[in-house]
Amino acid sequence: MNFPILSIITFLPFVAAVIMLMMPADRKTEIRGVALATAVIDLLLAGWMYLQYLLGDMNGYQFIETYNWLPALGISLKFGVDGMSAPLVLLTGIVMVTGVLISWGVYDEEHHISAGIQDRPREFFAFLFLLAGGVFGVFVSLDLFMLFFFYEIAVFPMYLLIAIWGWVKTREYAAMKLTLYLFIGSVVALVGALAMYWTQYTNTGVLSFDMLLMEKAGFSAAFQYAWFLPVFFGFAVLGGIWPFHNWSPDGHVAAPTAVSMFHAGVLMKLGAFAALRVGIMLLPEGAKQWAWLVMAFAGVAVVYGAFIAFVQTDLKYMIGFSSVSHMGLVVLGVSTLNHDGLVGAGVQMFSHGVMTALFFAVTGMIYDRSHTRQIPELGGMMKALPFAGVGFIIGGLVSMGMPGFSGFVAEFPIFMGVWGRQWLVAVIASISIIITAAYIMIAIRRVFFGPMPEKLEGHISPITALDKIAIFTLCSCMVIIGIFPAVMVPMVEKGVENILRLLGGA
Amino acid sequence: MFTPVMFASVLPEILILILAVILLCVEPFWKEDQRRNAGWLTAGGLFLIIIVSLLFGQPGEPIAVFGNMIRFDWLGFFFKILFMFAAAATALLLMDHEKAGQRGEAYLLLLASLLGMNLMAVSADLIMLYLAIETASIPLYVLSGFLLADDRSTEAGFKYLLFGTLASTIMLYGFSLIFGFAGTTNIYMLSQLFTSGDISVLLAFSVFALVIVGLGFKLAIVPFQFWAPDVYQGSPTPVAGFLSTASKAAGFAVVIRFFFVAFPSFAPSWTLIFAALAAITMTVGNLLAISQTNIKRLLAYSSIAHAGYALIGVVAFSQLGAASVVFYLAAYIATNLLAFGVVMAFSRITGLEEIQDYAGMSRRNPWLGLMMLAAFLSLAGMPPFGGFVSKVFVFAAGVQAGYTWLVVVGILNSIIGVYYYLNAMKFVYLYRMPNEDEENHPIPLTRPYAIALALLALGVILVGTVFAPWFSWSDAAALNLF
Repeated sequence: MNFPILSIITFLPFVAAVIMLMMPADRKTEIRGVALATAVIDLLLAGWMYLQYLLGDMNGYQFIETYNWLPALGISLKFGVDGMSAPLVLLTGIVMVTGVLISWGVYDEEHHISAGIQDRPREFFAFLFLLAGGVFGVFVSLDLFMLFFFYEIAVFPMYLLIAIWGWVKTREYAAMKLTLYLFIGSVVALVGALAMYWTQYTNTGVLSFDMLLMEKAGFSAAFQYAWFLPVFFGFAVLGGIWPFHNWSPDGHVAAPTAVSMFHAGVLMKLGAFAALRVGIMLLPEGAKQWAWLVMAFAGVAVVYGAFIAFVQTDLKYMIGFSSVSHMGLVVLGVSTLNHDGLVGAGVQMFSHGVMTALFFAVTGMIYDRSHTRQIPELGGMMKALPFAGVGFIIGGLVSMGMPGFSGFVAEFPIFMGVWGRQWLVAVIASISIIITAAYIMIAIRRVFFGPMPEKLEGHISPITALDKIAIFTLCSCMVIIGIFPAVMVPMVEKGVENILRLLGGA
Repeated sequence: MFTPVMFASVLPEILILILAVILLCVEPFWKEDQRRNAGWLTAGGLFLIIIVSLLFGQPGEPIAVFGNMIRFDWLGFFFKILFMFAAAATALLLMDHEKAGQRGEAYLLLLASLLGMNLMAVSADLIMLYLAIETASIPLYVLSGFLLADDRSTEAGFKYLLFGTLASTIMLYGFSLIFGFAGTTNIYMLSQLFTSGDISVLLAFSVFALVIVGLGFKLAIVPFQFWAPDVYQGSPTPVAGFLSTASKAAGFAVVIRFFFVAFPSFAPSWTLIFAALAAITMTVGNLLAISQTNIKRLLAYSSIAHAGYALIGVVAFSQLGAASVVFYLAAYIATNLLAFGVVMAFSRITGLEEIQDYAGMSRRNPWLGLMMLAAFLSLAGMPPFGGFVSKVFVFAAGVQAGYTWLVVVGILNSIIGVYYYLNAMKFVYLYRMPNEDEENHPIPLTRPYAIALALLALGVILVGTVFAPWFSWSDAAALNLF
């Protein structure tokens, strides 16, 4: 394959960001147009790449591109995707397009309607695309240095996006908290990565950040025991692992809609994915040693997140904590280190990404019109915004793990895997399913059904066609995977095979 | 006796002198309102000199010239290019300084100081080294006190002079002790004559301490940093930028050559000193930076902290360590000059230097806001700017040398850094001007600023993304040491 599809997917957002910054600030429509066009092209490329991988033999890493970047230190720009990362690249494309659609918004001064991003869209989309480029970069990088490079690029625009366009009340606090948490996590992991780099050099004489070579570096068991925790948890901070999850709900709440979608939909996957790729795949012995600890933390996250979500009255906080709970399931699946758990985790990353993006999109639409996210103050939205309501309900069904939707395809194997390791954890974690069903049902009933409060009557303007396209796209992904798991599960299974090989068939 | 190699070895210096003489002769004939053109002449001349030096002045095998006074190698050459780039950018930034930009002396002093720095980078002899340091310092004392009508500037000049002379006297005493023990002033012979076999570690330790006082002053590392915030705040902003970048880098050029070449046998003792200084410098610089309200003082403390990060590479005492220091300085020079350039461009229009005055800045001039964002994120160590890779390289060198604890200290510090850099950016991007509409208060950039800032921003991004060429040059520079 000579067509450098992965580097185009990765670098296109950066190029678009620069182009947008060059455009005059008052040409808002043109700027949004550039953003949407770029996002659609990226999604099409990602979709094409995904199909190629799915229809091909699905073996190992494909679409590999290697450019020597700094040979003296063994840094190369090495891109490639496998069954684990290909769905995530597709996910990023989907969230990117829907995020742009949602942020397009409407602005009508006469009727006091202001949805989406109306203040400085040029800077907003430019920063959002820097973030997206960084995310793509992490998912496709096979070079540890480049992985860090893109990882950091994905982190810092979050600060600006939340601090500038976020919810006035908490944005400064939340943005700084989020940035510091993520930065601390990533630098801790960086020290581990440097230690791996030099140990590999001592062991094999190879000076390289190439992760495929590092897999064979023969790190001693003691080394792996020592460094697994900093590396895994350093990344997992971004995955929202308990007890380092605290930044996440605050960040969700403070962020503008599209950024919440990116944050919960993609960024948290970034953490889990990097923890898996660097922590577990490069330090498999360490992973086996510490799996119990990871499983314990993840188990707490699943149940605790669900309970906290249950008592929230702010819709966004509820979804934020449900993300902690669902991402806990991902980490729980990873911690099983067995086939079922890992496959479930892989599918759950995609499924949760789409689902939570949908939740935040709908919440954003409601908030833009009603100016409140307090569940008791809302009601009757089904009549005013039927399309959004249906979307939210489908998202809710996915969240509850209903068969026929992607959530079931993801969560069922996770629980099977956990049962295989430690049945008690599976039993405890399954409490979360009930709690989740409870808070989702309550939220749906309060927000979408029942009478609409009087002060909202007449203020709820319909959502735009672009919003509907976004909701439709996200919903269809979840339904398609739910009904035809074959479009994703075999691919993830191939990726898992590779991980199991590194784990020595454990 | 004057061979082509000798000529090539001091080619940049000869050209700088010629440029200075031209400036001296031309400037008096210009009318008052044309004098600022001296900046175009200086900057243009320096860029030309950089090109000519790259074409004709490249060093081959390391060689000692002028009676072993000067070492002609890649280490010195690369630093010279960096200094000249920094001086050219400073000259551009100086042009529209209200009080200093119209006066030809400012550019002349800048060139004189540059000459000294260039010689600092290549000195192979203690006497030459001392002369070079003084040549570099004295014009800077004058430049920092350049604004006679401004008490702060006068104070800055005087403070800098007093501290500077004191520190260099102590260093000179250290040099004289070295000569007394070893019987030579040649840095390259010291490694045989001043060895751990002949001289007790304690004695060597005290000699190093004396020398480090002098060099530490140039580097502005803790505990020799007291002058830096006051001097940066008082001096004309472009001069402060030059002080915090080129002058600091010149200090590092000397530290690297002096300690790596002359005292490899005492490496355990001086790396220990530097490790302690690096840890203290980073921590103190960053902690004090948090509470600053003046942007120049913030940058002063941040530049103190950055000297600490760069020292990690020195502590590593390896080829990668030296290369990473050189690379770090290249990235840092571009970044910090960009930061000071933005501060200069802002205060030229507004006359304000407090961080809170930056509220709404990104709306008053979006490009200036972006430049500041690039500079501050690079200082914070975020990709795709130079600050990220350069930090990773020094940290990598530190881990390789077994100084993991120092790297951890560095990493904790860079987290503090992220906090206060982003706090400053909060004013630029998040806050609005109180009771004003930003559109009525634009910050126009004059042409010299536009050119200088664009060049520097491009430099910051290039160093941070396409880092292979810069790193291989840094590596070539470091290769000459071992």
